[in-house]
Amino acid sequence: MNAHADEHEHFAGSNKLFTSIWIWLVLLTMVEIVLAYRPMAIHIMLTILLGLSIIKAALIVAYFMHLKFERLSLILTIVPMLVVCICLLFVFFPDSFRSQDLRYKFKETPPEPAAESH
Amino acid sequence: MSTEARAEHFPAADWDGGVLPYRVGHRKLGMWLFIVSDSLTFSALLIGYSYLRASNVWPTPFPFFPSIVFSSVMTFCLLSSSLTMVFAVSASSRGDRAKARKWIMGTIFFGLAFLVLHLIEWNHLISDGLRPFSLPAEWVTRYATPDGTLPSPLFGATFFTITGLHMFHVFTGAIYLAVIATRINKLKHEDVEISGLYWHFVDLVWMFVFPLIYIMSVDIGAH
Repeated sequence: MNAHADEHEHFAGSNKLFTSIWIWLVLLTMVEIVLAYRPMAIHIMLTILLGLSIIKAALIVAYFMHLKFERLSLILTIVPMLVVCICLLFVFFPDSFRSQDLRYKFKETPPEPAAESH
Repeated sequence: MSTEARAEHFPAADWDGGVLPYRVGHRKLGMWLFIVSDSLTFSALLIGYSYLRASNVWPTPFPFFPSIVFSSVMTFCLLSSSLTMVFAVSASSRGDRAKARKWIMGTIFFGLAFLVLHLIEWNHLISDGLRPFSLPAEWVTRYATPDGTLPSPLFGATFFTITGLHMFHVFTGAIYLAVIATRINKLKHEDVEISGLYWHFVDLVWMFVFPLIYIMSVDIGAH
């Protein structure tokens, strides 16, 4: 990097592009808030919310953090490794579901709290 | 310049030394590596939270006001701060340092607005009686299941840890940006861009914290 390069660094993307990305991010956030008040099964809601979050994260990384305009070798070094590491953390979830079944559950209606004392 | 031009012609020589293999400076690469490791920290915390949530009865206590309204406005603040930051980097790339400084100040403003709103929101929950290892008594009776299982007291622990660590990142980011803004005439464009990377990352983390912590715990009536 010499003095000339420092004076006028190449920074791809216009302010118009960045503003339109911001509008998309705000719109997707509003969709998330509306979804919160729609009655739906928790796993469907979680899937939609995570899908929206991943889209928002991708927009931020690609345009705001400028990764889309970086060299492919940098993208390939950073992104797949992170995705694989995060997916590996999912290995804990079967245990999480199992421990839900281990919890003591009353077979019938629970006893009244004060009824048994004295 | 000549080494870079040569490497464009002979990509195989990328790893022989003398060129920047990723075409980014070592400081920027360092920030990217930090961001990767920090994303793993937040992923681990969010997955730990999801683990606890899936294996327990979990309260869903956030009312539309104040919690959801506050957290939505906070999201808007962070998204806007990212936009002003990208304008700052853009201005800095054109060599317009005065403008870059102004946009960075705007970013800091939105960051501080986020912090203030978040602290007010924390204060609501703390005054409701939420603690790291216990729930407000009212929530315990409200969210207990018909078979008598009580809601997990770890709600507060996960909430305060994840949002607290994120708040700490916003706080340090605001200080970082303040340092960049005051010293901007002595710094290179790359330094501004690196601080931008950190700030966008803080925004990025919130894009996962907001739906998983807030939207998934909206109060739409107990079971």
